[in-house]
Amino acid sequence: MPQAAAIMTVAERELIRYTRDHGRVVTTLFQPIMFLVIFGSGLSGSLSQGNFGVNFIQFMYPGILAMSIMGVAFFSTVSTVWDREFGFLKEILVAPVSRTSIALGKMAGAAVIASFQGIVLLGIAPIIGVRLHWALIAPLYAFMILLAFAVAGLGLFVASMVRTVENFGVIMNFLVFPLFFMSGAFFPLTSAPLWMKILSEANPLSYGVDAMRRIMLSGQVASEVLSRLLLRPAAANAALLLIFAAVFLTAAVVAFNKRA
Amino acid sequence: MITPMAPILEVKDLVKKFGEFAAVNGVSFDVGEGEIFGFLGPNGAGKSTTIGILTTLIPPTSGEARVAGWSVTADKDKVRHSIGIVFQDPSLDDRLTAEENLRFHARLYGVPRGEYLKRMESVLKLVELWDRRSHIVRTFSGGMKRRLEIARGLIHYPRVLFLDEPTIGLDPQTRNHLWNYILELKRTQHMTIFMTTHYMLEAEYCDRIAIIDRGRIIASDTPANLKTAVGEDVISLTPADPAALAAELKEKFGLTAIPVDGQLEIHVTDAESYLPKLLSQSRSGIRSVTLHKPTLEDVFIKMTGRAIREQEASAADRMRAHFHGGH
Repeated sequence: MPQAAAIMTVAERELIRYTRDHGRVVTTLFQPIMFLVIFGSGLSGSLSQGNFGVNFIQFMYPGILAMSIMGVAFFSTVSTVWDREFGFLKEILVAPVSRTSIALGKMAGAAVIASFQGIVLLGIAPIIGVRLHWALIAPLYAFMILLAFAVAGLGLFVASMVRTVENFGVIMNFLVFPLFFMSGAFFPLTSAPLWMKILSEANPLSYGVDAMRRIMLSGQVASEVLSRLLLRPAAANAALLLIFAAVFLTAAVVAFNKRA
Repeated sequence: MITPMAPILEVKDLVKKFGEFAAVNGVSFDVGEGEIFGFLGPNGAGKSTTIGILTTLIPPTSGEARVAGWSVTADKDKVRHSIGIVFQDPSLDDRLTAEENLRFHARLYGVPRGEYLKRMESVLKLVELWDRRSHIVRTFSGGMKRRLEIARGLIHYPRVLFLDEPTIGLDPQTRNHLWNYILELKRTQHMTIFMTTHYMLEAEYCDRIAIIDRGRIIASDTPANLKTAVGEDVISLTPADPAALAAELKEKFGLTAIPVDGQLEIHVTDAESYLPKLLSQSRSGIRSVTLHKPTLEDVFIKMTGRAIREQEASAADRMRAHFHGGH
C-alpha cells in the first residue's frame, strides 16, 4: 500500500467532515471578522502608542494570524477523540497502513483546515489597515501550514492520550493559554524575563509568530528595530517547527501503538 | 463433519491476561478455508478478546495465532490485508455517505480505483444499499448500518471475514436477512467466516462451533454432533389410553415410556426416522405428538451446569470486580 495515498485519504476525510460541519465553517469565517471589528474600532487607536518602534497593528497582525492557526489546528485534532468514541478509530487502526501515515494524514487535514482561517485573515488585512505586500502571501502561507502542522502534532499527541472529548477540551484549554501568552504575539519576547524566554523555546507558537513577524516587517522597518523584536532567522524557525512536529508525531504514534 | 484441509486460521495455546484476569486462557483451534466457524458463549467469555487478537488489535500474552499463514504478532500488515471485520460496536463514520465510507476503506486497503467502482456497486447491491449510496450514514437504521459494515468488510476481498456478534441489537427479520447474505457469500466467494455469538439459533448456521466459557473452549464440533453428544431426542405422545399404549410400545418396540402429565415420553436417538414407524405400526390411538431435539442451549447447560443467560450476569460481575479494584 503506497503510504502517500493513505495520508491523502485520511486527510481528505478530515476535510469532508469539516465542510459538512456548518458550525465550524461559519466560525472560520466569523472569527476573523470579529478581529476586524475589534481592531477596526477603538483598540488600535488606544494601543497604537506602544513603543515597539513599529505600528501596533503591523506588530500584532502576525501574532493574531499565528494564534488563529494554532486554535483551529489544535481543535481539529479532536476528531481523533471523536473517532475513538464513535468506534471509527478501530476501522482506521485495523487497516493495513502504518500508524505514522494515519497520524500524518490527520495532521495534514488539520493544517489545511487551519490555513482556511489564515486565508480569510489575509483577505481582511487591507480592511483593518495592515500593510501586506502580495509577494508575502506565499511565505506567510507556508509558515501557516508549518505552524498548523506542528500544533496538530501536539494536538494529536493529546488526542492519543485521552479517552473522552471532555478530557481533550480540558487539556487543550490548559495548554492553549500559556502557549498564547508566551508566544510573543502580544509583546516581543526579546524583552521578556529569562524564565519566559526559556519556556518559549519549547513553544511552537513562538516560532510561528517570530517567523511571520519577520516576513511581514522586514521590508517595512529598519533592521535595528527588527533585531529588537525578533529572535531567529526564518529558516531556524522552520526547522524548529519541523522538529516539534516530528517529536509529537512520534509520541502520538507510540501512544496509539500502546493504547489502541 | 467438515475436516479442515488447509487451515486458514491456526490458533495454539492462546492466552490473554489483563492483570491477573485471564480473558483468554489457553485456546487452540483450526479453521479450514471456506468454513463458517463460530464462537458460542456468554458475554465476557473471551470471544471478543480472541477476535481482537486474531485481527491484530490486541497483542496476546502468550501462544500463537496465524491468519492465512501470517503471524498476528510478526506480520500484522499481511494479516490486516487478509481480513475483513465487522466489529461488535458500530464503526462507521456517520457524517460520511455510504459510498464515502466504502471509498475510504478501499483506498486504505489499496483497491485500485477502477476495480473499486465495480466492487462498490456489487457489494452495495448485495446488501441492498445501492439506492442509498449517496445518503449520509447518520440517517440509516441499525440494520442498514450493519449491512453497510458487512459491505465494507468485503470490498477488499478478504480471505477471512470476522463477524463479532454480527446481529446483536437487530430485529429477527433483519437478522434472518443478514444471514441470507452471509450464507450467500460463503457459497459464491468461498469465503472463510469466523464469528462470535451468544444467540443459540445463530450458532446453528455454523459448520463448526466452539463453545467458550471463562476463556476456555469446552467443546468444539459441528452443531449436530454437539447436540447428539448431550442426549437423545424426546418424543411426547398424547395417547387415548395411556396404559394400552405403554404396553404396546414395550411389546412392539422394546421402549420404556415415562408417563408425564397424562402424556408418555420416550427417548430415542433418531426421532425423525423413528416417528413414521411408530405412527404407522401403533394401533392404540395417538392423539398428538411433539418432538424435542436437544438444542445448543442444552449443550451449554450440560457442559457448564448453567444456562447462558444466568452465566452472563456472573461473567459481567467478574469483569467488574476485576476492573474496579476487585483485587
